[in-house]
Amino acid sequence: MKFLPLLFANLTRRKVRTTLTLGSFAVALFLFCLLVTIRAAFNSGIDAAGADRMLVINKVSLIQPLPIAYREKLQRVPGVQDLTYANWFGGVYQDEKNFFAQFAIDADTYRTVYSEFIVPPDQWQAFLADKQGAVIGKATADRYGFKIGDRVPLKGGGFPGDWEFNVRGIYTARRPSDDLTQFWFRWDYLKEKAPPWFANQVGWYTVRIAPGSDAVKVAKSIDEIFANSAWETRTQTESAFMASFAEQMGNVEFLMIAIGSVVFFTLLLVTGNTMATSVRERTGELAILKTVGFTDASVLALVMIESVLLAAIGGALGIAAGKGFTLLGDPTKGMLVAFYLPASGVAAGAALSLSVGVIAGLLPALTAMRLQVVDALRRL
Amino acid sequence: MVQLGTNGNSHLIAARDVAKTYRRGSEELHVLQGVNLAVDKGEFVAFMGPSGSGKTTLLNLLGGLDVPSAGSITVAGDEISRLSRAKLTAWRARHVGFVFQMYNLIPVLSAFRNIELPLLLSPLSGADRRQHVQTVLKVVGLEGRADHKPRELSGGQQQRVAIARAIVADPTFLLCDEPTGDLDRRSADEILDLLERLVSELGKTILMVTHDPRAAERAHATLHLDKGVLTN
Amino acid sequence: MALPLIYNFESVRVRWASTVVAVLGIAGSVGVFVAMLALARGFQAALVSSGSEHNAMVRRAGATSEMDSAITLEQLRAIEDSTEVMRGADGPLVSPEVVVVAALPLAKTGTDAMVQLRGVSLKALAVHDKVKIVNGRFFTPGLFELTVGKNAKNAYRGVAVGDEVKLGGTVWKVVGSFDAGGSAFDSEIWLDANLLNATYQRPTGIHQSVAARLAGDDAVGALERRFATDPRMKVRVERETDYYKRASQQMTTFITVLGSLVALVMALGAVFAALNTMYSAVAERSREIATIRALGFGEGAVVLSFVIEALLVALAGGIVGCLAALPLNGLVTQTLNFQTFSHLSFAFRVTPEVVGWGIAFALFMGLVGGLPPAVRAARVPVVVALRDL
Repeated sequence: MKFLPLLFANLTRRKVRTTLTLGSFAVALFLFCLLVTIRAAFNSGIDAAGADRMLVINKVSLIQPLPIAYREKLQRVPGVQDLTYANWFGGVYQDEKNFFAQFAIDADTYRTVYSEFIVPPDQWQAFLADKQGAVIGKATADRYGFKIGDRVPLKGGGFPGDWEFNVRGIYTARRPSDDLTQFWFRWDYLKEKAPPWFANQVGWYTVRIAPGSDAVKVAKSIDEIFANSAWETRTQTESAFMASFAEQMGNVEFLMIAIGSVVFFTLLLVTGNTMATSVRERTGELAILKTVGFTDASVLALVMIESVLLAAIGGALGIAAGKGFTLLGDPTKGMLVAFYLPASGVAAGAALSLSVGVIAGLLPALTAMRLQVVDALRRL
Repeated sequence: MVQLGTNGNSHLIAARDVAKTYRRGSEELHVLQGVNLAVDKGEFVAFMGPSGSGKTTLLNLLGGLDVPSAGSITVAGDEISRLSRAKLTAWRARHVGFVFQMYNLIPVLSAFRNIELPLLLSPLSGADRRQHVQTVLKVVGLEGRADHKPRELSGGQQQRVAIARAIVADPTFLLCDEPTGDLDRRSADEILDLLERLVSELGKTILMVTHDPRAAERAHATLHLDKGVLTN
Repeated sequence: MALPLIYNFESVRVRWASTVVAVLGIAGSVGVFVAMLALARGFQAALVSSGSEHNAMVRRAGATSEMDSAITLEQLRAIEDSTEVMRGADGPLVSPEVVVVAALPLAKTGTDAMVQLRGVSLKALAVHDKVKIVNGRFFTPGLFELTVGKNAKNAYRGVAVGDEVKLGGTVWKVVGSFDAGGSAFDSEIWLDANLLNATYQRPTGIHQSVAARLAGDDAVGALERRFATDPRMKVRVERETDYYKRASQQMTTFITVLGSLVALVMALGAVFAALNTMYSAVAERSREIATIRALGFGEGAVVLSFVIEALLVALAGGIVGCLAALPLNGLVTQTLNFQTFSHLSFAFRVTPEVVGWGIAFALFMGLVGGLPPAVRAARVPVVVALRDL
């Protein structure tokens, strides 16, 4: 590429303008990555949902409980391989503004069903041995500085009073979409300390179906068993359940697309304008290149490559910044379950950046290509 | 009368042993060396010389656009060679009227507004400013063109607007850098007629740099610059 | 002492192509910013307007929301007997209430969303006086009837007047709909509290909250003090508006944080666009600037002039952005309220305050984008520029 010196000379001619154009690209791509990250956060529940998991909830309302007695019947349903249950606790840690999900789980079965969570064996054993033990997701643990051995006080919401737990373990997971914000403690402790009206209630059951089973059929069988009882059930796949939550968040995706389009067009305008101005200023030189013997096609290529180069470098900077930002963690301090930039987002961003580079450079490049030497020299 | 000697402070403009040196990388360029000159009120002086002789530099120094590396310049009793940039700016507004080869009018403003610009630096009211502008428009013969933008005027007309702008604030003297350089013969003559009238009828003092011998003829005296030194 | 404004106006006009770019960049950023603020304000307004300054809300002490509160009949009597509570023709204006969340299919997608069911008595209309029946009638206590809020009616399937809805194993009939002035109540369905308790197997006679009309606006403090000394009354008393303000905090913060983040990043891009435009303007006009300086205008005057020019462009962008976001005002959207775990409809609110912030934001961008080029303009060495042919 013997034309590189010429290319770089052109780009560094007006350093400020080049820097600003690079900056515009970087900012636009950073924004794009931010939007993709937010969208992924809202949909992470769906992404992380186990393909072979189903939730069994009270048909009347999500917040109504189910009896623990259902356990035996559920276990015997054909297709059900593993079963666990949990309750939503809804307590407050120090301040109402601090938010993280707290679950009372069945320690024996929870991780068989939710196998994506990783806990070091010695920590898990400590949890099993301590009725008041708690295992916390790494994100929440880091945010509030919880360490193994700490005592965490929670003010009960649905279960009134002051509750205290001992941190026995910190859990992690492999995928970026996995939820590392949960706080687990033991269901048997909840049963022990809860007021009398609690009486062996479970918030929901999670079922893991055997490989090859038909999820729809299993769901139907389960619901049929408990139809017309005092506590009717509603069974659906975990992803369907998460999707309906995401649906309730409403027009988030629409907003994203709207903002994204605004940014895209503005970027197109800014770069197009920069390229056009730059070409206009260099009319004389481009004419001289042609007198020297550069073909029309080569002048076209020169301008196009400049534009694409700006887009590539600026875009790369923006995407890198976007990735770096996600590493800083959730800016809403716990309300988003996951905060990461999916690989598809990076690919989309790169494609976007390059296409803007091509489109913005096209018109000025064509103008440069069609430049008549005589006219251009006269303009000098 | 122009004198080359160092004689008292009774002159309007006096330059004593003025030198100007520029640095280009590691090289030193001595553009002006040991220039002495004196100009009295009402005089019309032309400066001629080959390219690179330092004519424009001398004009810039006399006009307070630049400061000399050595020597002193006194105008109307003020020693301007050592003034700060801010003070020099204010001094220029009060004492100098510039006429450039390329007219240097503000393209987006009308002739009227272009001429009015120097007056905005003074405490004159809007009505007073308007009066001054109308007056000089008459002097240069462009009353009907007050609202025209520069691109709607011919080269000669634009230069007349520039001259009007140069005299509207009644400066101590005018500095013209190749005022006819970009004009055809006829327009050039018109401009030179105007400059002559300013001197003879309005008693203005004009220092003019020029390549054009016909322009120099109109002046009271011509000084030659060669390699930074005044000769006559 | 200053350069005339007409110089800036005309200069901007002549370079309109580049200026439009900067204007659009700023407009985009301001539009997004205003939209986000309007969203957050709208959410907050919907919740806050549910409350009335004239009402007090009583819940169990320590309850973090309505759902985990409990008020006994005895406590209810105590509230009804208080002198701080206003008395109407039918007795004390006190509304005991129960709140439960149920799943109903959304009209748009058919998937389930969680709607807030509020069990009330006839007194509810008197205490929450912003609520007006607009269609049909209020439910009859003791009957399985529903009155639906106007936003809930539009959001969900099968809740029009005359429809039948299956809730908790029983069939209920929709007999009317109400308008609650755009507050959170508009996203709710109201029914008989005792029947709700029975359906959801909740202990009879226990309510979750009590809304009471105050005898005087400053009676809240007195009511608080009365109960503070009563050992039966472990309750929390606050003005309704204060309660709802707190209830909307998490979500409002959430929207504001995310929205501001996005707008900030866009602002950065807009500032770059403005900088680009202004720098190239300065470059193109370097001879002009040198002439102005030669005439005797100081550096300060030049800087001021260019900053004003940038601010003019930014102001134009701000106005365009606000105008673009204005149609959002009143647009109804929905979200999940984390704190009550229910689906909530609310409208964007583009208030004068929000517009003010938008314009201020635009001007700030103009300042940041205009100052560096302006300073550069002033620093152009006069002599050099005059020779720049």
